[in-house]
Amino acid sequence: MSETGSHDNVSDEKLPSAQENGHGTVATADDPFADPGMPPHEPRVQDVDERAAKRSERVVAMLFTASMLATVGFIASFVAIPVDKFVYIWPMGNIGALNFALGTTLGVALFCIGAGAVHWARTLMSDHELVDERHQVAAEPDTRAKVMEDFRQGAKESALGRRPLIRRTMFGALALVPLSGVVLLRDLGPLPEDKLEHTLWAKGKLLVNENTHEPLRPEDITVGSLTFAMPEGLDEHDEDFQKEIAKAALMLVRLEPEDIKDKRELDWSHEGIVAYSKICTHVGCPVSLYEQQTHHVLCPCHQSTFDLSDGARVIFGPAGHALPQLKISVNNDGFLEAQGDFEEPVGPAYWERRA
Amino acid sequence: MSTTSESTAAKKQAPAGERVADWADGRLGIYSLAKANMRKIFPDHWSFMLGEVALYSFIIIILTGVYLTLFFHPSMNEVEYHGSYVPMQGVLMSEAFASTLDISFDVRGGLLVRQIHHWAALIFLGAMFVHMMRVFFTGAFRKPREINWLFGFLLFVLGMFTGFTGYSLPDDLLSGTGVRFMEGAVLSVPIVGTYLSMFLFGGEFPGHDFVARFFSVHVLLLPGIMLGLLVAHLILVFYHKHTQFAGPGRTNKNVVGMPLLPVYMAKAGGFFFLVFGVISVIAATFTVNPIWVLGPYRPDQVSTNAQPDWYMGFSEGLIRVMPGWEVHLWDHTLVLGVFIPLMVFPLVLAAIAVYPFIESWVTGDKREHHIADRPRNAPTRTAFGCAWIAWYTVMLVGGGNDLVATHFDLSINAITWFVRIAFFVVPVVVFFVTRRICLGLQRKDKEKVLHGRESGIIKRLPHGEFVEVHEQLSQEQLHTLTAHEQHKPYEIGPETDENGVQRKVGRAQKLRARFSKGYYGEQAQIPKPTAEEYREITSGHGHH
Repeated sequence: MSETGSHDNVSDEKLPSAQENGHGTVATADDPFADPGMPPHEPRVQDVDERAAKRSERVVAMLFTASMLATVGFIASFVAIPVDKFVYIWPMGNIGALNFALGTTLGVALFCIGAGAVHWARTLMSDHELVDERHQVAAEPDTRAKVMEDFRQGAKESALGRRPLIRRTMFGALALVPLSGVVLLRDLGPLPEDKLEHTLWAKGKLLVNENTHEPLRPEDITVGSLTFAMPEGLDEHDEDFQKEIAKAALMLVRLEPEDIKDKRELDWSHEGIVAYSKICTHVGCPVSLYEQQTHHVLCPCHQSTFDLSDGARVIFGPAGHALPQLKISVNNDGFLEAQGDFEEPVGPAYWERRA
Repeated sequence: MSTTSESTAAKKQAPAGERVADWADGRLGIYSLAKANMRKIFPDHWSFMLGEVALYSFIIIILTGVYLTLFFHPSMNEVEYHGSYVPMQGVLMSEAFASTLDISFDVRGGLLVRQIHHWAALIFLGAMFVHMMRVFFTGAFRKPREINWLFGFLLFVLGMFTGFTGYSLPDDLLSGTGVRFMEGAVLSVPIVGTYLSMFLFGGEFPGHDFVARFFSVHVLLLPGIMLGLLVAHLILVFYHKHTQFAGPGRTNKNVVGMPLLPVYMAKAGGFFFLVFGVISVIAATFTVNPIWVLGPYRPDQVSTNAQPDWYMGFSEGLIRVMPGWEVHLWDHTLVLGVFIPLMVFPLVLAAIAVYPFIESWVTGDKREHHIADRPRNAPTRTAFGCAWIAWYTVMLVGGGNDLVATHFDLSINAITWFVRIAFFVVPVVVFFVTRRICLGLQRKDKEKVLHGRESGIIKRLPHGEFVEVHEQLSQEQLHTLTAHEQHKPYEIGPETDENGVQRKVGRAQKLRARFSKGYYGEQAQIPKPTAEEYREITSGHGHH
């Protein structure tokens, strides 16, 4: 492919077959599909009728004026309408009056400027199509040769190729220096260590109702309800509350003991009350949709479904393993208490997690 | 004396605007810039405004975003709310959430600006997506525009992450759930997952740092990169000159249209105001992200219908439909159920990003292309693009499987299984169906060129037969419908040379030949009408 030929359009008119005996009734004798060139300009009504042009002018001016009025309306709304005023506007219902007024006036003010400008361009500005030539992006051969020559000259003068000692040490230095930046990132956070393996639960910790903040008794947990609990001593005002509740959140249900299919689950329960981590083992959403008839619990984020009557094993969805169970019993005062921490990490799986 | 005063008088008579321009030219050289660009020609087509929508919504996002930083407190300090929104009074929340409530309820116009910001972000991503598809289906990514295609693609990807970090800032229940999901995804990375998570959140999730960190990423790092890419993108659009569709007078070597000054200045400038105006009205009438309904984030609480913003939906679909595979080896866990979606996510995007390079390798075409293809005239490309969109849409459906289930009263398990299968099947089906449709449209074009347009006039012949009169196309139409070029499949050539010696044919070369046959073989394009065919039919005695 030659330098110039490579930019030619290989269309029919250039094929020899298309240039042979054009017999017949076609407009262009040689090639019926030849480019007829730019069509003649068709004048718009505004080009020939000054009154139509005047009308367009008035429409544009009207739009710009409407924009000005809308801006005045915006400022007036801002000043006059209280921020907490609500109005009923069909079909949206009760909505904030100020937001509605500001948004619509601003919208009209902006839209009218745009509509005016576009109408002006379409009806009054010249609509004669113009032609620009394109030029290929790649440089001409002599430009290319000059650049290559300059580069070679510069490279030669730098002597980078001749002095490998400089070259290697320079690349070494440049490769090492970003390490400082990487090292500086070290204090973004602590090392994981065993942080993800432990929660606040420990032997003897009472199960506190998350809503009432009262310690739970077995009789508070009725069949068919889902109760959320957190460890005693954890307070919403604590510095680390969010971090701790993200691991310790617990849900309790009461099953008929004979419904519990899993042996360990039964051993770790109390009178059919089972306690499971509320944090989904998929990516950590709180599992919270409970079907009391099937004892299935569903994560609303990604629909992982666990069977609470069978060791909370996964029966559907993207979770990879069962919800961890907390072993519970009742203390001498009749309150539910934990028998220890979870035996496995709660929440999403990760590389260091032992199966 | 008199001459000096005369010359100063003459200088004073030059219009003020010209004198300012002269001053600036002497320092910035603006005249050479203006000479090349002031009357620059832009071709016209409705689809060319899609990129403009993206550009203008980006500007709107920056304007409103700067305003929001004046009132937003990127802090996770826990405070008790005592603002004017009664239902939340006394509730513990982060300062980020409290200041977002203040913007929404106490700052006059704050809610409007917040909503414009969010709506503009949704529209920005949507416009970029559709703009990208326009460029894809018309082949406008071909030489010399491949790099600009990549710039645009990067803008789209960065836009997704800027959007994600942005809607996570208010620290509300929904966005916090999204951040938790991200933490879970990071944890799934083999070996370094827990370290990455600790470094990202400054300790265990959620910690006290992520809002402040996301804030600087959202308002500084990502928009800074995007602004640079955007400027480069626009400079290249100017430098390459815009593509145009084939038509009378429009060739690969010219550009036909209206000049920047005044027509495009008015049209494009006006269009900015149109976009801004429409977004303002949307923001005034449709609530987006009502964080006051959701409440502040707590890791142990969640609401149903938890959905990311639309542009993150396909990744949500990946994570939702993936089976929960976990591989346990030597006291370690490989969380494939999360890690595979995390890896497929960039691959889905990369599939469309690298396409231009695959096509140019298959065609071996080194020429510049400035005439936009009609999608039907590039059936394999169009089929690939539609397959990709179908793939993306399947994942989007997967991401909204709960909404599909509740709105259409379907089983969520069935939808999930459907998506799992459709993920592999639908793109293939769509590919072949689209290609067939393209071929059908090519046949229709050929028919039109050779036999003319159906005029709707019914003629009764002397012997009683009724026929429809076909009307010959104009020269303009004939040219437009036959202006596209058709490639021939790439041939490897004989396996042995003239001396009977086995030629070495590389595996890549063989693959390229196969691809090329798939692209341009008989099954993949209808030969366009030739001048002979046309003459043969039209020189007759009008057999209609």
